[in-house]
Amino acid sequence: MNIPIPPASGACGQSLPHESARAHVTGQARFIDDLPELAGTLHAAPILSPLAHGRLLGLDSAAALALPGVVGLVLAADIPGARLLPTSARDEPVLAQDELLYAGQVIGLAVATDRETARRAARLVQIQAEPLPALLSARAAHAAGHYVAPPVHLVRGDVAAALARAPHRLAGQFESGAQEHFYLEGQVAYAQPQEQGQWLVHSSSQHPGEVQHCIASALGLGNHEVQVVCRRLGGGFGGKETQASQIAVWATLAAHKFGRPVKLRLDRKDDFLITGKRHAFSFDWQAGFDDQGRLLALELTELADCGFSADLSVPVCDRAVFHSDNAYFLEHVAIHSWRCRTHKQSSTAFRGFGGPQGMLAIETVMGEIARRLGLDPLEVRRVNLYGTQERNVTPYGMVLEDNILAPLIDRLAHRARYLERRAAIAQWNAANPVIKRGLALTPVKFGISFTATSLNQAGALVHVYTDGSVLLNHGGTEMGQGLHTKVAQIVAQALGLPLPCVRVSASDTARVPNASATAASSGTDLNGRAAQLAAFQIRERLARFVAEQDGCAASEVRFEQAQVVSPQARRNWQEVVAKAYSARIQLWSDGYYRTPKIHYDPRTLSGRPFYYFAYGAACSEVALDTLTGESRVLAVDILHDVGRSINPALDIGQIEGGFVQGMGWLTSEELVWDAQGRLLTHGPSSYKIPSAGDLPAEFRIELWPEANREDNVFGSKAVGEPPFMLAISVWEALRDAVAQARGDGQPVRLDAPATPERLLRAIGGLDAPAG
Amino acid sequence: MPSDQPPFSPLRFVQRGAIVAVERVAPDRTLLALLREDLGQPAVKEGCNSGDCGACSVVLAQARGDGLRWRSVNSCLRLAHSIDGSALWTAADLAADPLLDLGGAELHPAQQALLEQHGSQCGFCTPGFVMSLFAQYQNRVAAGQAVSREAAQADLSGNLCRCTGYRPILDAAQSMARLPPARVDQAALLALLGQVAPAAKTPPSAGPATDRPEGAQPRHYLAPTDLAGLLQARARWPEARLVAGATDLGLSITQGLQSHERLIDLMRVEELARIEHQPGWLGIGAAVTLESAFAALLRQWPQLIDFAQRFAGLPVRQSGTLAGNIANGSPIGDSMPLLIALGAQLRLLRWDQGSQAPAERRLALEDFYTGYRRHRLGADELIAAVEIPCPERPAGSDWTRAYKVSKRVEDDISTVCLALSLQLEGGRVLAAAIGVGGVAATPVRARRTETVLIGQPWSPATVQQAMTTLAAEFEPLSDLRASAGYRRLVLGRLLWRSWLESQGSALPHASGLQALEPISPRTETESRL
Repeated sequence: MNIPIPPASGACGQSLPHESARAHVTGQARFIDDLPELAGTLHAAPILSPLAHGRLLGLDSAAALALPGVVGLVLAADIPGARLLPTSARDEPVLAQDELLYAGQVIGLAVATDRETARRAARLVQIQAEPLPALLSARAAHAAGHYVAPPVHLVRGDVAAALARAPHRLAGQFESGAQEHFYLEGQVAYAQPQEQGQWLVHSSSQHPGEVQHCIASALGLGNHEVQVVCRRLGGGFGGKETQASQIAVWATLAAHKFGRPVKLRLDRKDDFLITGKRHAFSFDWQAGFDDQGRLLALELTELADCGFSADLSVPVCDRAVFHSDNAYFLEHVAIHSWRCRTHKQSSTAFRGFGGPQGMLAIETVMGEIARRLGLDPLEVRRVNLYGTQERNVTPYGMVLEDNILAPLIDRLAHRARYLERRAAIAQWNAANPVIKRGLALTPVKFGISFTATSLNQAGALVHVYTDGSVLLNHGGTEMGQGLHTKVAQIVAQALGLPLPCVRVSASDTARVPNASATAASSGTDLNGRAAQLAAFQIRERLARFVAEQDGCAASEVRFEQAQVVSPQARRNWQEVVAKAYSARIQLWSDGYYRTPKIHYDPRTLSGRPFYYFAYGAACSEVALDTLTGESRVLAVDILHDVGRSINPALDIGQIEGGFVQGMGWLTSEELVWDAQGRLLTHGPSSYKIPSAGDLPAEFRIELWPEANREDNVFGSKAVGEPPFMLAISVWEALRDAVAQARGDGQPVRLDAPATPERLLRAIGGLDAPAG
Repeated sequence: MPSDQPPFSPLRFVQRGAIVAVERVAPDRTLLALLREDLGQPAVKEGCNSGDCGACSVVLAQARGDGLRWRSVNSCLRLAHSIDGSALWTAADLAADPLLDLGGAELHPAQQALLEQHGSQCGFCTPGFVMSLFAQYQNRVAAGQAVSREAAQADLSGNLCRCTGYRPILDAAQSMARLPPARVDQAALLALLGQVAPAAKTPPSAGPATDRPEGAQPRHYLAPTDLAGLLQARARWPEARLVAGATDLGLSITQGLQSHERLIDLMRVEELARIEHQPGWLGIGAAVTLESAFAALLRQWPQLIDFAQRFAGLPVRQSGTLAGNIANGSPIGDSMPLLIALGAQLRLLRWDQGSQAPAERRLALEDFYTGYRRHRLGADELIAAVEIPCPERPAGSDWTRAYKVSKRVEDDISTVCLALSLQLEGGRVLAAAIGVGGVAATPVRARRTETVLIGQPWSPATVQQAMTTLAAEFEPLSDLRASAGYRRLVLGRLLWRSWLESQGSALPHASGLQALEPISPRTETESRL
């Protein structure tokens, strides 16, 4: 099936600029720290645990309190409501008391009339604590039996027997590191007391509803007494899904204690030390395969470093399991997922949400099988791809109904000239002893929907004012991904209006309640559909109103180019709106959407957790300096499936940005903790996200020309996370270059990120005597 | 200075065609804090407060000769007082500046290009990128130069974006020249700058800037404009920190939360802002920025271009100074290994009370350091200039190279750094000087390794012997950047790289990844599925 995409007419399908682009470039776009401060505003700064694990004995705050400008401290005893955050695991104190669980855990807040004084005061607080033994890696925690949740074992077939029968067997282990979100706008909240004990809190959050819930819990209030607002975030990437809540709770606790507005904006170092990161994983695998490289059996153990609390680790690890197949049919498979509790920052959501780790494992296995057999890795990947009629059921029992993997890979391989370049690179490597090149083409199949089925719902409000202008509100948050632009395009399209007629207002818990996090790539699918349904209701009412006058059927009335067109007459939108108002027609509507078809049993990990899959593939060429281990990505070709694009420019932006972020995860972004569990890389001077110079010289993106086969808004597909995993092509290309440097056909043991040192070690250089 | 000079001289600069005067600015107030907190200009963003992300970038223009010098700098590290007498732009100013003629357009090309290329996503880094693009526009586009991809990457090397992956931003940089031009009214701007030029002389006895109420210890930001005044100030207040570009001092404020009661800014002293090209040596004054210093070094040693571009990001190179990098004395500072290899000397000056004149001494850079961030500079002394020998040597006899290894190519701190300057004759090593960073508490000279090379043929056997010596000469640490073993090994490998490079076309592509092109052939348009 190949649904041709018609040319765009109307607001959807156009590469319109981001709705805030003009405000961004003129410095007018306000972030929370830019809001004018209310008189009397205080500033808070966190007091951090110096120990990874310890017993808190006391605090000496005399020096801090003596600092001019300091108004006081906030400690656990100042919490009027629940002292644990209302997470499902109930294992995360709002402020540490008695036991310190990681270095960087917040014990309290110093509050002062200005931010600098608050920061100084926080540092002056002396913490008396007694160290306890700390678990600092998933492997150590696993050995100690220390978990945040029970393990999950997804098993299909008979792995042991299939392994025993397989003509070839390989085993390996490797690690993938944590990743810091490094949103450019650090975590920030601004709590403002309102009348009658109510609160208005500005929070840079991907989930204002959860922030509201957490504040109400800590203050012992009803949710209806707390309003949380967010106009935009300066980047989120999952790092402001749960992690924004604690910041806002702390700010509100301080505001509650001192009865004044309080702003809490984390310094970058504190942000690194306090907030959670992408889960580091440890992998152990065993694979059995035939002469063609077809995987006959796979046993895979995934140990996730969840940090000190459960946070989102259960769904993250579930998603890692769901994506350990990536694009490949696994007949006999056992995946063991262990959720290890360590004394580190609580690992949290990060673009891909476990998917990248799961896929990294299976793609590593594919690369090793090819090396062992001396086959081209792309051929091995092809023989293992899911089929369309058979070999099309995932290990969790979902039938792939929309598989486009084979044609997508063929098309990309052709366009990227994979075979020609493979030959040219072999020639180059034969002739050049110092620089080795590597090439890899890897696919992505990413499941779209929150795996927690209940979260797949959304609401929106569309207001048409009497002048015909439209104000839109929905439960999603704008963090740069262009959600507000896309949803406005959807509403404009539904009403036949040009985009400037539609504005999106700030995300606000007082407008759309109980909204899910803007996460899981689902923002447009859920909120866009809800807004579309709201717009359709208004359109339907106006159509009936016009049809009554013109004596036609409502279905004959069309809305296009700011006009309302019936078989009898063509009227301006504004005129129809004004008349409808006078005739007492409701000009606003809510919209509500829940994703159909999905169901999933979290105990057996079976069902249909995903509404559909987003597909893509990337071909990356890298160069490796065998003297130093330094590497560069030279060229990247991507073919990615966004369905029928609502806004191609925004979608390409997500693909490119996700790819480069994934590249950072796998190459330069290394988080290093010392032997005491203190994070050493706590700022951009030591933690290196990609810079402009890391952009590949050639970077070609193409969109797959087919609409979503499921009934999704405008025929589009979600795009936020899937492209992140296209960067696994860089990982596999680097491993290819290492293999070519070694030339011994042996497995390439490499941990992520592939820093120069690790690459040199993989080549074997670090073990060889100097010279 | 006239005695009627008011004791509290305000900080003055030009913004949006008007003079901004701010009273009672503390000496250690950063420009970012001044703009955001004191002046209510939130277009300038704080991303990292450590000079690494560029979200806080602003553009400064200063009168230079008949024209203007344009630079994008990190306002988080820059001290507010250092912009006294300059013109300043934030992203909010470009479309609101009467001195900027946008030819009827609503946006400056730097902004319009970003908008058209979809170069902003979350928008938080965007004002900083706009500023770097604006500086690029003034320095390149307005000067009639095309912006290549390499130039765009170099000019944006101090700005981080986490959303876009940079491609649309680089495209924006390259497309600015195609938009209707924007012109600065240079004459009007220079006239305004003339009005805010700081007083000709600020002797140390006058000119305190203070934010303290009467009776409290006054806090001073001293910015003498002549050498005698500077040296006198240094002698009178030896505890006061000297400040140049503040790219390290700023960190003590924003990250270390230190207060500085009194600072002595040396950047306004004309004698220190000079680059002297003399027969046999090159002198780089203490107020010369890293960018200008490297430009002077590259004239002598053009092969150092890749090394120069890996030194910090552009905004830091445009603020920080070579002498500041030396005085700061970090063991991973990148200029010192090179300068040690080149045999650089430091010209140190102090004020001699007896003769009422500057007193001078010279010290080889390799002898300057005594321990981790400790050196032999007297409490009343300052580094006035770095003097680098440039001996006339027969063609082909000078082999000078510098190498740096780091996790990221751009704007990263060295894991290790190796610089060597060899004199070769008839295939033998006549003389050798090797400077090393990242392997000891200070930048060091690898004397034992040099001994292995000197007098020997420049051959694989000699170099391999030198590598063995080099690996054993230092005891590097394992830290967040790399293990000791990696550092030791790679140090030798860099020496090996230098030998490979010296073989020229016989061993192509030995010099690493810099100039490497992808193998991928451009695909022509193909039929759609």
